[in-house]
Amino acid sequence: MTGRTASDAGTGPRASWVDEALREHEEQEHEEQEHAGHEHAGHEHAGHTGAAMSRPTTAAPAREQQVLDRIDRARRRRPKVREERITMSHGAGGKATRTLVEAIFLEAFRNPLLEPLEDAAQLHLNGSRIALTTDSYVVSPLFFPGGDIGDLAVNGTVNDLAVSGATPLYLSAGFILEEGFPVADLNRIVASMKAAAAAAGVQVVTGDTKVVQRGKADGCYINTAGIGVMEHDVSLGVATARPGDAVIVSGPIGDHGVTIMLARGELDIEADIVSDTAAMNGMIADLLGATTGVRALRDATRGGVATILNEVATAANVSVVVTEDAIPVRTEVRGASELLGIDPMYVACEGRLVAIVDSAEADRALEVLRGHPLGEQAAIIGHIAEEPPGIVLLKTAFGGTRIVDLLVGDPLPRIC
Amino acid sequence: MRFVDEFRDADKAHALAAKIAGLCEPGRQYKLMEVCGGHTHTIYKHGLEDYLPESVTLVHGPGCPVCVIPMGRVDDAIHLASEPDVIMTSFGDMMRVPGSQGSFFDAKAEGTDIRMVYSPLDSLKIARQNPDKRVVFMAIGFETTTPSTAMTVLRAAAEGLTNFSIFCNHVTIIPAIKAILDSPDLRLDGFIGPGHVSTVIGCRPYEFIASQYGKPVVVAGFEPLDILQSIYMLMLQLSEGRSEVENQYTRVVPWDGNLAALKAINEVMELRPYFEWRGLGFISHSAMRMRPEYAAFDAELLFQVPGVRVADPKACQCGEVLKGVLKPWECKVFGTACTPETPIGTCMVSPEGACAAYYNYGRMNRHRVVEVSIS
Repeated sequence: MTGRTASDAGTGPRASWVDEALREHEEQEHEEQEHAGHEHAGHEHAGHTGAAMSRPTTAAPAREQQVLDRIDRARRRRPKVREERITMSHGAGGKATRTLVEAIFLEAFRNPLLEPLEDAAQLHLNGSRIALTTDSYVVSPLFFPGGDIGDLAVNGTVNDLAVSGATPLYLSAGFILEEGFPVADLNRIVASMKAAAAAAGVQVVTGDTKVVQRGKADGCYINTAGIGVMEHDVSLGVATARPGDAVIVSGPIGDHGVTIMLARGELDIEADIVSDTAAMNGMIADLLGATTGVRALRDATRGGVATILNEVATAANVSVVVTEDAIPVRTEVRGASELLGIDPMYVACEGRLVAIVDSAEADRALEVLRGHPLGEQAAIIGHIAEEPPGIVLLKTAFGGTRIVDLLVGDPLPRIC
Repeated sequence: MRFVDEFRDADKAHALAAKIAGLCEPGRQYKLMEVCGGHTHTIYKHGLEDYLPESVTLVHGPGCPVCVIPMGRVDDAIHLASEPDVIMTSFGDMMRVPGSQGSFFDAKAEGTDIRMVYSPLDSLKIARQNPDKRVVFMAIGFETTTPSTAMTVLRAAAEGLTNFSIFCNHVTIIPAIKAILDSPDLRLDGFIGPGHVSTVIGCRPYEFIASQYGKPVVVAGFEPLDILQSIYMLMLQLSEGRSEVENQYTRVVPWDGNLAALKAINEVMELRPYFEWRGLGFISHSAMRMRPEYAAFDAELLFQVPGVRVADPKACQCGEVLKGVLKPWECKVFGTACTPETPIGTCMVSPEGACAAYYNYGRMNRHRVVEVSIS
């Protein structure tokens, strides 16, 4: 090796954000050590590299466990937005989104109704239980195989209500339109919203329209909010998952996300895939009507099934163990994902349910889901376990085991 | 799915694992380095280490293209991107690599025009569509991606495009392997050779590893059974006392490489006297730059590039991880100050980086996990 090595080159500019991250980490580590008591601190220093290497390998699992514990503590720290500006990662549904939501929105608006961060808030109004949710739609392209921004905007909000156990009733629709947007396209979008609302049994009862200058928006954005009434006597939530519970998905995963990626035309890949956008309230009503064993329901949108499973593991402080072979993925979706170097587990769906169900009721739940047209390919993909808490484990088809973590931002294609 | 599932067959893996275990001499430790980040990714993604006996350790080498890019080069690229009328393009992997002032994503949020492309030809397309802009492709990668950059430059030259240039960061694998072999603090028994790089350079360039350093090399494919078979082939060489270059990936890698691709590289590019590698420091003749004949496509000549070196943070032990001296979790800042959200070292950026692969896929105590799987 020639020239200087990294460690002896102390001159030149330094990255101030690195110094800051290190300082902050040290302060927090110090605080935690004080809390934990002093006997722990000695072990931390023993992790020094030179000494570590010469140790017998039998000590490695214990040392590795210490590091894992330290990482676990670091992950439980209060999230902080470090970036000075919003980046695309903040909207991707992964860790950056969670940090933004918890550090900025939850911090400011904190109240018991918001705090669970479920898909819809549950309100008690004059003796009835109401669910309220809102979602904005900025999909590009606006029209794609299997749907468009219109039915997406209806189905997405209907699904957010349905997975909270509510019967969706009324929606609002807010449109932000860009100067120059073709009225014919708007008509097409609204027609598909109308059809989707009719199919889901909801009505659009209020709305709003804004037009912005050309270049200030990308054609058409839609926000919908929805309310529904809780008719079943259920209290669903990912925090209620218990060891032994079954994890069910209602059909093949990743269809919507891959369809959109291909529809953008940047990849020169063609495949016979359509978006899975659909309102799931009918299927969910069947499920909740047939069994009382359902603990939690989620629709696997941004961030995919992997993100949902991580939410379960974190909220209930359990482990989620899933089997790769059991997860339904269409061959076309798998093929495209293999080519792009992305994992279908992180790819968005718009009509797929993840259900956590008491193991005694799992077969019944599966039977009900499979009896509905949207759930024909429903499958039990895994179960909840006690250890290791907060972690999603995947038994790979190859026969190994690995973690399925949250992504930071969008899955980025690998280069080679 | 054809061409995928047959390379992920768990029964075959069990059979190979048994053969590997049978070759282990009692009391001997084996350290094998997979040079290529693509292999690291496969190993973690499929949980391949579960098949290996405790005495066989995989060391994750320097072959992750974005992991070896020093911060100064990222700063240079962001500087280029903020020049008037510039559209900077690069691969998706590059978007989160931190410079001293932030990543491409951060620069994009500041208003610079940085776009993710899937191929340098996509950059060329952007250049054709935007004749009033200057389109720069941040070229990164080993010999795997170098030919496509070279071919793109040749095409741009043939088309007479004047608004397209390359910010060349292509590196070569052999000097990095040599640097690792010469590093005093390292003990390796053999190498899993990089499959995709070898489709271009062939297997001959590794012969010095076997002949001069006495270490066996097996060029491997990227499916988990490819890697497991390569480990078996390495263990067989070790047990028979051989050190040879063998090719497991014969379905893709020709022994002499791809002459057309090598010719294209040689036409457009030449070796730099030296280049800085993140974590490994300066390595002689380890990277490519544009030949003077193609100066019109060389962003480093067309623009003022600051070229300021940024020291690697002292706390970061990427170098030791890249050399296989430390396991990712043995780094002092691993998983706490340095995470995929705030990667201090580049090993934490790309899913091919050793640290990111371990953090995302392997961050668990295998002894405890085995108990869970059985129960």
